[in-house]
Amino acid sequence: MKAGSAPFKVSPPLWLLAELTYACPLQCPYCSNPLAFARYRAELDTASWLRVLREARALGACQLGFSGGEPLTRSDLEVLIAEARRLGYYSNLITSGIGMDARRVAALRNAGLDHIQISFQASEPVLNDYLAGTQAFAHKLEMARQVKANGFPMVLCFVIHRHNIEQIELFCELASRLGADYVELANTQYHGWAWLNRQALLPSRAQLEQAEATAHRCQQRYASSMKILYVVADYFEQRPKACVNGWGSVFLDIAPDGTALPCHSAAELPGLSFPNVRNASLAEIWRDSAAFNRFRGFDWMREPCRSCPEKHKDFGGCRCQAYLLTGDPSNADPVCAKSPEHQRVVAFASAAGNTPARPIRFRNNRNSRIYHSVPERSASEHDPSIG
Amino acid sequence: MTALTAQTIVRLTPTYRLQWEQMQDAYVLLYPDGMVTLNATAGEILARCDGVHSVAEIIADLQRLYPAADAATQLTADVLEFMEVARNEGWLGTV
Ligand code: SF4
Ligand code: SF4
Repeated sequence: MKAGSAPFKVSPPLWLLAELTYACPLQCPYCSNPLAFARYRAELDTASWLRVLREARALGACQLGFSGGEPLTRSDLEVLIAEARRLGYYSNLITSGIGMDARRVAALRNAGLDHIQISFQASEPVLNDYLAGTQAFAHKLEMARQVKANGFPMVLCFVIHRHNIEQIELFCELASRLGADYVELANTQYHGWAWLNRQALLPSRAQLEQAEATAHRCQQRYASSMKILYVVADYFEQRPKACVNGWGSVFLDIAPDGTALPCHSAAELPGLSFPNVRNASLAEIWRDSAAFNRFRGFDWMREPCRSCPEKHKDFGGCRCQAYLLTGDPSNADPVCAKSPEHQRVVAFASAAGNTPARPIRFRNNRNSRIYHSVPERSASEHDPSIG
Repeated sequence: MTALTAQTIVRLTPTYRLQWEQMQDAYVLLYPDGMVTLNATAGEILARCDGVHSVAEIIADLQRLYPAADAATQLTADVLEFMEVARNEGWLGTV
């Protein structure tokens, strides 16, 4: 598509996510990385990342997340942070805490990093280290203390699923003890590894209702010291989330090999070929590439979204969820009660509490080679887990 | 929280960064996991909350920036009202 012929006014990519690597010492079974991460070998080099930072900033990006995988496995992280600071980004490190020590936390501060987000798998070492697939809890605690000691604003992130959903209150207590400024209680989004493990991870509706009530209680209890965000599990909702605030609207994700994506699970969508920063400038990619224009704006929509008065609010929901649950990414997100496929979501969600938990498939190289692609689904396919 | 007075000294909360964004032709407020694009007056007010100048001094400075602004009393009321909002949002603290 030529510049100017885009059907919708293109806004700047305010939010840049730099997924520096898929390497990670942890094995979280809900990881949002692609199942086939073991196949990605060629990571962008330092010079290419520096160019990505400069080009995105020139397009208007101001929030920057360094993520992965575990971004601390990149030894040039401090170089990238320093350039980000010079360019005027507000930068965030999204980390498991593994791969740094007191000295490196201080080095990140000196390089100009603005804040750090550390993830915890659970509120105590036994479950935490089981889910992480490695010993991590004690080190995370120590790193959280270092983060605060170096004057960073600190976000603690807890991904919620049926194995830790009873710990909401403990998460908040832990975060408060560690001096967190923000707490993210995020229900698992069922993409990537979480989709593979959905039957092992999805909590029951009763568990979710309790978790939500507990989270709201904690929000009030800690209102003066930290901000608690509770991200709902949308399988139990009537309307979908405004996924990435609309395709190609504010969010730009660069995968470790340089693939540019409108959201971090978009690579699993069929029929789209995503551009790579090795072959094109970010301006061309963002404004002109077919992939970034595919679901931009509203013209691509079918019914029930096309004539829906709410389309400006949720943009038809998540394209990846539409694909995973209905077989076609152009459909309405079936979380929406107006979707003809909504019953599939309802049936899946209500079966969740009643099926025995399945074994967990950990995110590691071996499993990545076994489960390298998300099973294709079509609306007619029968899956005993749904309906 | 006690109400702001002319003598109060306010400053941006340290976890926030205020910055002029050429592309948006506006001040933006950046913080962990969020970003607010400010309207022109809100941006000019926050840009002066430096932990040194008092509310009265900030208002006097804004009066020079907006000479056409209504009587000083109206400007004072507007600035104080916005500062209270910003304080409730956690953007501003007192020194
Ligand atoms: S979710 Fe877990 S496994 Fe995936 S990148 Fe983060 S820490 Fe590593
Ligand atoms: S029909 Fe489409 S646009 Fe309307 S609420 Fe449902 S998902 Fe959103």
